[in-house]
Amino acid sequence: MPQSAERIKDHATLFNEPEYLALFERKKALECGASAETVAKQSEYVNSWEYREKNLAREALTVNPAKACQPLGAVFAAVGFERTLAFNHGSQGCTAYFRSHLARHFKEPCAAVSTSMTEDAAVFGGLQNLVDGLANAYAVYKPNMIAISTTCIAEVIGDDLTAFIQKARKDGSIPEDYPLPQAHTPSFVGSHITGYDAMVKGVLSNFWNGKTREPNDRLNIIPGFDGYAVGNNRELKRILAEFGVDCTLISDVSEVFDTPTDGAYRMFDGGTTLKAVTEALNAKATIAMQQYCSEKSLELAASVGQETAAFHYPMGVGATDEFLMKLSELTGKPIPESLEKERGRLVDAMADSSAWLHGKTYSIFGDPDFVYGMTRFALEMGAEPIHLLSTNGGKEWEAQMKALLATSPAGAKAQVWTGKDLWAMRSLLATEPCDLLIGSSYGKYLERDLGIPLIRLTFPIFDRHHHHRFPVWGYAGGLRVLVTILDKILDILDVETAKTGISFDLVR
Amino acid sequence: MEAEAKQARRALIADVLSEYPPKTAKRRSKHLNVYEEGDSDCGVKSNIKSIPGVMTVRGCAYAGAKGVVWGPIKDIVHISHGPVGCGQYSWGQRRNYVSGAVTGVNSWVAMQVTSNFQEKDIVFGGDKKLAKLIDEIEAIFPLNRGISVMSECPVGLIGDDIEAVAKRKSAEIGKVIAPVRCEGFRGVSQSLGHHIANDVMRDHIVDKSADKPFESTPYDVLIVGDYNIGGDAWASRILIEEMGLRVIGQWSGDASVAEVERGAKAKLNLIHCYRSMNYICRHMEEKYGIPWIEYNFFGPSQIAKSLRAIAAQFDDAIKEGAERVIAKYRPLADAVLAKYKPRLEGKKIMLYVGGLRPRHVSDAYGDLGMQVTATGYEFAHADDYQRTTEYIKDGTLVYDDASEFELEKFIQNIRPDLVGSGIKEKYGTQKLGVPFRQMHSWDYSGPYHGYDGFAVFARDMDLAINNPVWGMHKAPWKTA
Repeated sequence: MPQSAERIKDHATLFNEPEYLALFERKKALECGASAETVAKQSEYVNSWEYREKNLAREALTVNPAKACQPLGAVFAAVGFERTLAFNHGSQGCTAYFRSHLARHFKEPCAAVSTSMTEDAAVFGGLQNLVDGLANAYAVYKPNMIAISTTCIAEVIGDDLTAFIQKARKDGSIPEDYPLPQAHTPSFVGSHITGYDAMVKGVLSNFWNGKTREPNDRLNIIPGFDGYAVGNNRELKRILAEFGVDCTLISDVSEVFDTPTDGAYRMFDGGTTLKAVTEALNAKATIAMQQYCSEKSLELAASVGQETAAFHYPMGVGATDEFLMKLSELTGKPIPESLEKERGRLVDAMADSSAWLHGKTYSIFGDPDFVYGMTRFALEMGAEPIHLLSTNGGKEWEAQMKALLATSPAGAKAQVWTGKDLWAMRSLLATEPCDLLIGSSYGKYLERDLGIPLIRLTFPIFDRHHHHRFPVWGYAGGLRVLVTILDKILDILDVETAKTGISFDLVR
Repeated sequence: MEAEAKQARRALIADVLSEYPPKTAKRRSKHLNVYEEGDSDCGVKSNIKSIPGVMTVRGCAYAGAKGVVWGPIKDIVHISHGPVGCGQYSWGQRRNYVSGAVTGVNSWVAMQVTSNFQEKDIVFGGDKKLAKLIDEIEAIFPLNRGISVMSECPVGLIGDDIEAVAKRKSAEIGKVIAPVRCEGFRGVSQSLGHHIANDVMRDHIVDKSADKPFESTPYDVLIVGDYNIGGDAWASRILIEEMGLRVIGQWSGDASVAEVERGAKAKLNLIHCYRSMNYICRHMEEKYGIPWIEYNFFGPSQIAKSLRAIAAQFDDAIKEGAERVIAKYRPLADAVLAKYKPRLEGKKIMLYVGGLRPRHVSDAYGDLGMQVTATGYEFAHADDYQRTTEYIKDGTLVYDDASEFELEKFIQNIRPDLVGSGIKEKYGTQKLGVPFRQMHSWDYSGPYHGYDGFAVFARDMDLAINNPVWGMHKAPWKTA
């Protein structure tokens, strides 16, 4: 008997029991699969240079991409505003997917509705779906704003959102002056980061268009699509408070994706207030923490006369320095001593651990800003980047990456890959391996297949819990990244040295 | 249930409906009911379009076709044909386990293969790209035994002819290429996707291979409608084999193409998830004269009943085999009940799931002394609600295509000891201080089928309900 009530085995161990191993053999005999020899030969072949060439030559086929689609980013941006309902005009399955995807990462509920377009809407247009959808969403969920994004069907059939919204207002489905920002976010354009940008721009346009700017000294910060938003946005606000800077985060999901378990379900929580968004027009400057999540939004900010600045997911010492100096420059306030002390602590920790970090080789994948920020910090730790891959990175990002790598002799071995997927990464790592892989949970297949340890530091993280509750930005965040990497390196060393006992040291 | 309690539940429904606009309230009222013992169905309408703007839990036809029926077939490369999102969000989310396979070499279940449509593909059409993509699959995944083309929304809107591409390329490479028209806007839920997936499986594999030689035995059966989530199909197969039958295919959890090709070969088809694969069972009955039987492998009562019902279709050797299996596992089942029933007896369960589970798991809870007090389906049809009456008790609250708004109200009012639903419902429910198990994915656990699975099921319900965290959600300084 493989199972017992005393010690219950679930899937992780049950199927290693002899009864099930025998079952697999019986099943195999009926599967008519490729012979063990053929499978072994192909398994070896997928690790070869010849396979790599075939694999990298793909033009039509995408396998294991590290990107999602535009409306996911739009939903993420939308729920960062006060009592705002994310509303997708299109098929309902899309919305079910966005909600699941975000819930699996944050371990939090994610509210969003759709207009449930079906075959008849595909033929006749989705006007009625949108009008009814707005009326229902408004009545049931009582949001302060409904942020409308589109999914493929609405874009392919060419639904005229602006006209539909006017009709909904005219019909009384929704009050005349009720905020209904919109973003066109088909999945066949851009990725989740451009969808984020489109929605942020949609919200800003909604509140800024037609208004006269009366400049003040405040700042706006657009955090960008960030799996660590809960920890990072709070850290950002703490840094700004230390600074004494008046600042508005444009889309802040740190509350809605971190609500307490206390007997109440909060469908909405926190977020940028609509008043603050309106007043954000008057700010002196708008700063993007992630350039590629905010290009259109920054254009808008610049067009109304604001100064703009863009960063690349600032992590580590130099990037945080630049961010703080930018804040100082824009506000005229000195960088507070408390933050300078934090800086010293991060440098102190890096110095303490540098022997374990120096010369380690890393490959990194993820959104373009994350890969840039992570690579920069890796270089600061004395690491040597090898393969730097962003499925949704483009030419400009590639040039920025190469310029970054050129700043350090440790960058000499690195190769930058734009538009490539993780099956391409597999070939790269099989032929030119490295010590560590940094990315999202999707990297676990690479870790298994190639034996390169994975450090999860970017969205989505489905198979580990709560990392997003801690920051990776700022000096304090940098410390956390340092410890995460260091723990992995030393854990591996312990496992390896435990095999003989030699070098299994108490002090490291 | 007392008349008064039933009246209270009807009042709860009325209360929830009162918050909708009148037109919506009228439509939703047909999907909510309090079950009256003796009625032939649950008294709810089903398989009707969801209401725009109300947070339905439902997915789409693509989710039903790729995510459920085709996706688990291990030696086929499944192309999510269209933009990147659909394949990305469904990548690795249903835990359809496979045995003896190397991912990317002879199995592609845990991979996201997509045509990643760009704007130019929408403008100029995706057929050429599809043809090229098939060549590239052949080049880098040569051990594949076939390819499925799972259409996403744009494909059906831009007039692509994926059937023609599939036919031409299939002839060229000598393998099955199945064009599946499961665009997300078709139908009202996942359900039409299942149906479309069944039809394509019929036309492109089962019927085409009906004449392939196969050495049959009188004891050959197919397991149909088990997707091997957390290894369910294996924990079922072991019992069916132990009673003396030969399982010649699992549809579609851990299936190989060869197993799907045997659709015309079984002596009896055993169907677990009726909703998602009844269509093809009916076809195999009509065309090949193969009878089919629904079974339920959740919990010892239903397992024993099902084993006997299956055995009744065969000779005495198999009937004895079924009794032997039931006797062999009785001590395990009894030990599990002895351990967990005292901890779970009297607990009230609310379910909101899909497929077969809103009814099928009912008696497994019953075996543990628990009671399903409210249940409903995301995408059921009338026949599901008829079948449900065999399981539920008088006064059970029944909801069809419930919105998140309705569910929260019902949970708040009923305050069950456990809610079983999906990932989208999980965290909101737990905020209320109510324990939860995901009953689509077994909450990353499983198997739940068979006797081995029942032990895991009981353990999981106990760890969900009896975890100390559920006593902590109220701060002690806040008196109620």
